[in-house]
Amino acid sequence: MEKKKKRLVIRTIILAVLVLAIGYTVYGTATKDKVELIAVGSEAPDFTLVDLNGETHKLSDYKGQGVFLNFWGTWCKPCEKEMPAIDRQYKIYKDQGVQTLAVNIAQTDFEVQSFVDRYDLTFPVVIDKTKSVMTAYNVGQLPATLLIDPDGKVVKIITGEMTEEKIASYMELVKPK
Amino acid sequence: MENIICACGHSNPYGTKLCEKCGRPLTEEGKETKVVDMRYDGMAIRSKTYNKTFIDKIWNFFSSVKVGITLIIITLVAASIGTILPQEMYVNAPEANKAEYYEKVYGWFGKFYNSLGLSDLYSTVWFQVLVGMLAISIIVASLDRGIPLHKSLKNQRVKRHESFMKRQRIIAEGQVQNPDATLDKVEQKMTQLKYKVRRDGSALLAERGRFARYGPYINHVGLIIFLAGVMLRLVPGFHVDETIWIREGETRAIPGMDGYFIKNNEFTLETHDNKPQGEQLAQGVNVMAKNYQTDVTLYKQPEGALPGDLDNLEKVKDYSIRVNHPLKENGFALYQMNYRLNELKQMNFNLVSKANEEEALGQIEIDLTNPKKEYDLGNGSSVEILVYTPDFSGFENGEPQTKTSIPNNPAFLFRMKTPETPKGEVSFVEIMKPPLEPLGENKYRMKFAGAETRDSSNFTIRKDSTVPILFVGGIIFMIGVVIGSYWNHRRLWLQVEPDGRVLMAAHVNKNMFSMKKDLDAVTSFAELPQYEDQLEKPEDAEKSEKRGIKKKEGDSTL
Repeated sequence: MEKKKKRLVIRTIILAVLVLAIGYTVYGTATKDKVELIAVGSEAPDFTLVDLNGETHKLSDYKGQGVFLNFWGTWCKPCEKEMPAIDRQYKIYKDQGVQTLAVNIAQTDFEVQSFVDRYDLTFPVVIDKTKSVMTAYNVGQLPATLLIDPDGKVVKIITGEMTEEKIASYMELVKPK
Repeated sequence: MENIICACGHSNPYGTKLCEKCGRPLTEEGKETKVVDMRYDGMAIRSKTYNKTFIDKIWNFFSSVKVGITLIIITLVAASIGTILPQEMYVNAPEANKAEYYEKVYGWFGKFYNSLGLSDLYSTVWFQVLVGMLAISIIVASLDRGIPLHKSLKNQRVKRHESFMKRQRIIAEGQVQNPDATLDKVEQKMTQLKYKVRRDGSALLAERGRFARYGPYINHVGLIIFLAGVMLRLVPGFHVDETIWIREGETRAIPGMDGYFIKNNEFTLETHDNKPQGEQLAQGVNVMAKNYQTDVTLYKQPEGALPGDLDNLEKVKDYSIRVNHPLKENGFALYQMNYRLNELKQMNFNLVSKANEEEALGQIEIDLTNPKKEYDLGNGSSVEILVYTPDFSGFENGEPQTKTSIPNNPAFLFRMKTPETPKGEVSFVEIMKPPLEPLGENKYRMKFAGAETRDSSNFTIRKDSTVPILFVGGIIFMIGVVIGSYWNHRRLWLQVEPDGRVLMAAHVNKNMFSMKKDLDAVTSFAELPQYEDQLEKPEDAEKSEKRGIKKKEGDSTL
């Protein structure tokens, strides 16, 4: 009887391991080709970038605050459209503990500065000159927005244009309680 | 599911065909046949022994050879269907238009093929589940058969029951003069023939090439390792296949290679300086490339540095990446894949008076990677860039728009100040077009005065840590195949009673011819009675002897 029990346990373990391996393979293949940003719920990769005023922004310095992290480029029309709305909401939420950080993808200072001047943007705009932050976040399409809670976890990822209403609700989402 | 008690008193597990101890056939079927089935040496196949719980039922399903063969056939058919038309990843069409591509190129069949998902067959869930089930079948069936077989071969007894001996394919029976001398002689001859000989009283067992029985199992182990290697490609870190475009002078983070940066110092395209000839003429090729080369510098961030932190980059090495000469570092390889020539890098303009275009008030050089806001020409004149669009695509609400961030079609809105026009004149300059003057006619204009270009290189970044695993799996697989194909397990049982009655039996899992050769040798050396092949009809033997052809023999016992 003891022997039979042992055999059943061994069989169960072997089959379970094999089924898990197949499940992992199927899942892995299904998600392989999708351009996925980092996973929701995971720790947002820390980074450090310099803004147009020469100030360094390190993501982990904003622990305790919610972060509205936006990847953009001047050539990207949806980015251009949502920028003024983001700025208006930034002004409302910055005093409530939500920081906005716009990461430009490897453009020239001149282009980024002219864009900021044209729309009179007040939130910090950093330039990812080597695309290393873009790579770390696996950003494929612009605009891409990540909402990071005060604990540094990614709460939500939005790819594509956002309405002002949505932007406000997202900032509300990561506001420190 | 009770144990079977053999006549010799040994208790065998349910499903056993030949008694583990003495070799007597235990099934009715076995008792009736002339030659017993020696597959797995008569051991009970494990799955046949218990069949109670749900897990046992699944286990038994996969243990079945019929199921295994069915899975192999289905997999083979499915895999070959995937080769009828090219798979999606090899089709030269944008992701969104692949469905149309199949219909356009292959007609209704292409549409059908694509709509069934056969154009990406190897990534489908059902195909992977199928291969996975095949893997389960291989593992379960091997465990179920291999372990009992191993036990049986390890615990072989020298003395077997007469009913076992008589049901072997090769048997001999007769009388000898001197029993002990016969046993000694057989031992001597069989040892000489590289058999391992064991004796137990009046019984003798000579055995050679037992490891051949393990060939199929070794082969299965190789297959499983191979499949595991393929699966590991999906585990992050084991397999990287990324691509990067990088212009001369740029430094970029390498995707897939965390913490590494690459700088493109220079791209060189060399061509053969020959007169077109032969095939080159026929195909209308003017120049032939001799070398594509990118001189790069590889940098690494110090340990623990964050993405975006470019201070203290450590230089790893300088290297010239050429075709077939990838840059290798830390298991990664960067291959030269593509290039683009002559992207604008710098544009020069002269500030000239329309009245006298020959005489310039000064030249500005705009570095497109870092345009300045204002260029002072010194003599009271200056040029200010109000707007720069790298890839001008038209106006929208009076604002110039850019399509991309790449300087394919740069355009500038300048404000030119001269001592004559201190308030400044505004001019919109697009490459190869007359300037637009939105605020009225100007006295001055920016005259194009040359440009500098740069090239960009395209690399793919590859890492495949699974290659050694695939390699090991493949080698083990081949070793198993070779062992199973070129070696065979030969056994000879001999029992001589004190009165001189001798009983002999022989078994080989394949290649009966080699066994018979050994038998002939030992029979004549030890003067044993002539053996008989119970499966060979007398006329067949004559025929094959006449023609001198050896039939494919043996029962292909695993």
